[in-house]
Amino acid sequence: MKAVCFNFEIHQPFRLKRYRFFDIGNDHYYYDDFLNDDIAERIVHQSYIPAAETLLRMIEQTKGAFRCSLAISGEAIEQFEQYAPEFNDLLRKLADTGKVEFLATPYAHSLASLIDPEEFRNQVKVQCEKVKETYGATPKVLRNTELIYSDELAPQILAMGFKGVLTEGAKHILGWKSPDYVYSAASAPQLKVLMRNAKLSDDIASRFSDTSWAEYPLTADKYIDWIAATPAEEQIINIGLSLDTFGGLQPAGTGIFQFLEALPRFAAEKGVEFWTPSEAVKKLKPVDTISITHPISSAQEACDTSAWMGNALQNEALDKLYKAGERVRLCEDRRLKQDWWYLQDADHFFYMSTKNMGGAAFSPYETPYQAFINYMNVLSDFLVRVDEQYPLSIDNEELNSLLTTIRNQEREIAALTREKELMSKNLAQYNIEHRKEDAPAADAPKAAKTTKTKKAEPKPKDAPKAKAKTPAKAKAKKA
Amino acid sequence: MFGWEFPPHILGGLGTASYGLTQGMAQCGDMDITFVIPKPWGDEDRSFAQIIGASQVPVTWRDVSREYVEQRIGKVMDPDLYFRLRDHLYADFNYLRTNDLGCLEFSGRYPDNLLEEINNYSITAGVIARTLDFDIIHSHDWLTYPAGIHAKQVTGKPLVIHVHATDYDRSRGNVNPTVFNIERDGMLHADHIITVSNLTRNTVIEKYGIDPAKVTTVHNAVVPLSQELLDVEVTKPKEKVVTFLGRITMQKGPEYFVEAAAKVLKNNRNVRFVMAGSGDMMDKMIDLAARRGISDRFHFPGFQKGKQVYEMLKASDVYIMPSVSEPFGISPLEAMQMGVPSIISKQSGCAEILDHVIKTDYWDIDAMADAINAIITSPAMYNTMRKEGLEEVAKITWDKAGQKVIDIYNKVLAR
Repeated sequence: MKAVCFNFEIHQPFRLKRYRFFDIGNDHYYYDDFLNDDIAERIVHQSYIPAAETLLRMIEQTKGAFRCSLAISGEAIEQFEQYAPEFNDLLRKLADTGKVEFLATPYAHSLASLIDPEEFRNQVKVQCEKVKETYGATPKVLRNTELIYSDELAPQILAMGFKGVLTEGAKHILGWKSPDYVYSAASAPQLKVLMRNAKLSDDIASRFSDTSWAEYPLTADKYIDWIAATPAEEQIINIGLSLDTFGGLQPAGTGIFQFLEALPRFAAEKGVEFWTPSEAVKKLKPVDTISITHPISSAQEACDTSAWMGNALQNEALDKLYKAGERVRLCEDRRLKQDWWYLQDADHFFYMSTKNMGGAAFSPYETPYQAFINYMNVLSDFLVRVDEQYPLSIDNEELNSLLTTIRNQEREIAALTREKELMSKNLAQYNIEHRKEDAPAADAPKAAKTTKTKKAEPKPKDAPKAKAKTPAKAKAKKA
Repeated sequence: MFGWEFPPHILGGLGTASYGLTQGMAQCGDMDITFVIPKPWGDEDRSFAQIIGASQVPVTWRDVSREYVEQRIGKVMDPDLYFRLRDHLYADFNYLRTNDLGCLEFSGRYPDNLLEEINNYSITAGVIARTLDFDIIHSHDWLTYPAGIHAKQVTGKPLVIHVHATDYDRSRGNVNPTVFNIERDGMLHADHIITVSNLTRNTVIEKYGIDPAKVTTVHNAVVPLSQELLDVEVTKPKEKVVTFLGRITMQKGPEYFVEAAAKVLKNNRNVRFVMAGSGDMMDKMIDLAARRGISDRFHFPGFQKGKQVYEMLKASDVYIMPSVSEPFGISPLEAMQMGVPSIISKQSGCAEILDHVIKTDYWDIDAMADAINAIITSPAMYNTMRKEGLEEVAKITWDKAGQKVIDIYNKVLAR
């Protein structure tokens, strides 16, 4: 028995608008709505919707034998809400089949896992809530941003309640080992690690329509044959793709959708099953532990984190951003928090990569330098706003204790107000009953008396106020 | 080769480029290069090319002794060559103003009677072409096109012209019809045309109506700087310095630099701006800086030459070239060699080959101001651009450009 575990990633960043340094302090809106709308709508209609419809058909046609998983960032869900709600409906339908597993992933597609553990936990939590609220599914397996993973992260991931984690089957880590097994994390043995099969994934993602490739054209039966031909002990083949591979990287005209749709039929012939990551984690025992001391990722070639934190520009930007983390978490300003998330998107840092000059794919900027200038201008304004809320002259600990005091007081005030309202209600009732006292039965004053004794205890200060108000209320009731 | 300038006596980028290219071609081997310039001074580098001064080429017979020639021009020309040239006079130019050796006088600069000098230069080209043995003629820029054409007509050897600039670049579109005609005439007679950038190539094809098949781009390069220049010592002011170096003319877009400076200074006073050079728009720029109220931070040190250029660069934190139309623009490459991050306009030819610079439209003063501000405020930005820039520019060498030119020669000669 052998199974394929499909994982599709869906993410769109909130791209920044052209923001000049003289806008700092004057303009607090950072996003290029037109561009984001344009890209989101294009990609949804060209790729996401046809792909999701194909998946839905595959599930229906195979009566649920076909299964897969989706990892959707919170930012992407927000963009669909704004620009393409129809796609969210379609995802909801997929979720309702029960055959599609939704994975946990940091809300803002951020690098927080490498820099700021608390932020990482927050973001995953918020994303899980968002997924639950939007699609009604509860994530059980984690797929970190760009499949970033290391030993250091494993205990935290386990503590967050995940049984499994997806990462890249990086050659320099695996060596002679195969990615087609379940491993357990060296630093947290209960955590199971699923590794992406890079070769079979990239056969679809980058080579599918490459006419110079020896295996061109790639057909569904050939592909399933390759999977079936792997050694019998290798039970789980993790195929990780960005969902926009279908219709985006590989345009519809290449036949990519037909290829996808034909997979279950040939898989059934060869006895290859489809599992979700949760099933894989549940059904298979780890064959070995895997130790990953330096973080790995799905980045091309190097499989390390240098695509986002490899040069001085990126490190400077990340450093400035995450220094503000603790402070931002103290804030309660919703817009500030939202910006804080959007600015953490790993894509912003990818645009600053000097690795492939002039050719950074998907970058809205002409050069990494322009990406850096623009980002830093936005970040400067953001930091000014954080500073306005909580001046940097107060250190975090002091601020924290002040805030605790304020919050305690707020809570106290809220409790007192509630009590006050309750009492004024009682008083009003008491007054009414007193007026009626002459006529009705004797049990009414009894009840009023008990409330009156209660009232006297908590705060004498409030009492006169409440009393002052009651006549007016009573009058109003009379009228 | 026919050229107008040759280091160390240069007035602009043309001399530097002609020199670099000739040296680069010599490195590729198996070539005898003769470089004709209007007026040699005797201190030119003759290690890789024979240099002939048009001002030592006889155009009319004078009965002079070998000793006399030796004593008069021995410093710049071998007397044997003088007599060989004298044997190949083809017409009597006595009616022109010739000197005691039968030679014409040249200033070697860009005088008011430039057209007359161009004509005289092509007269001497006739003598040279009849005397020397060569396979191909290469003319650098419009001043020497007539000479190239003349040499081609005399010998029937193929002509390659090298377009370092066109009059469209110099005049922002208001071309001088005489210059235009000389340029177009050169292009029509040429067997092949080399342009210094695709920008210039398009100008040649579109504005001069030339067949694209015979126009090829060979980007300029830079000669590595000597250690002495790299190590020049300067005392830096405590503020950051942003520098513009070049002729202060319409073509170079100096007004955009002033405007961008005003924008930067509005938010950041810890910076000084320098506009080094001279030109017909200098007074206007001084006036503009005063009107923007930034004269205390905006400086005009005047024309810089030789070592001063490198001192200026060494003291700078940002180099800027906001040219409206720049066929190539070698100065940002020199700035990068000195480790200075550069901002260039997208309308510059060198933008086609540089990655580690910031490119903006010449009119986009917002983007320019933003880039200046980013480099002077962010050490990460400055250091990355500096480091990557040094690496990048070290790879742009003349021997590669020279090889491309040789390939073009071979193509032309194979016909």
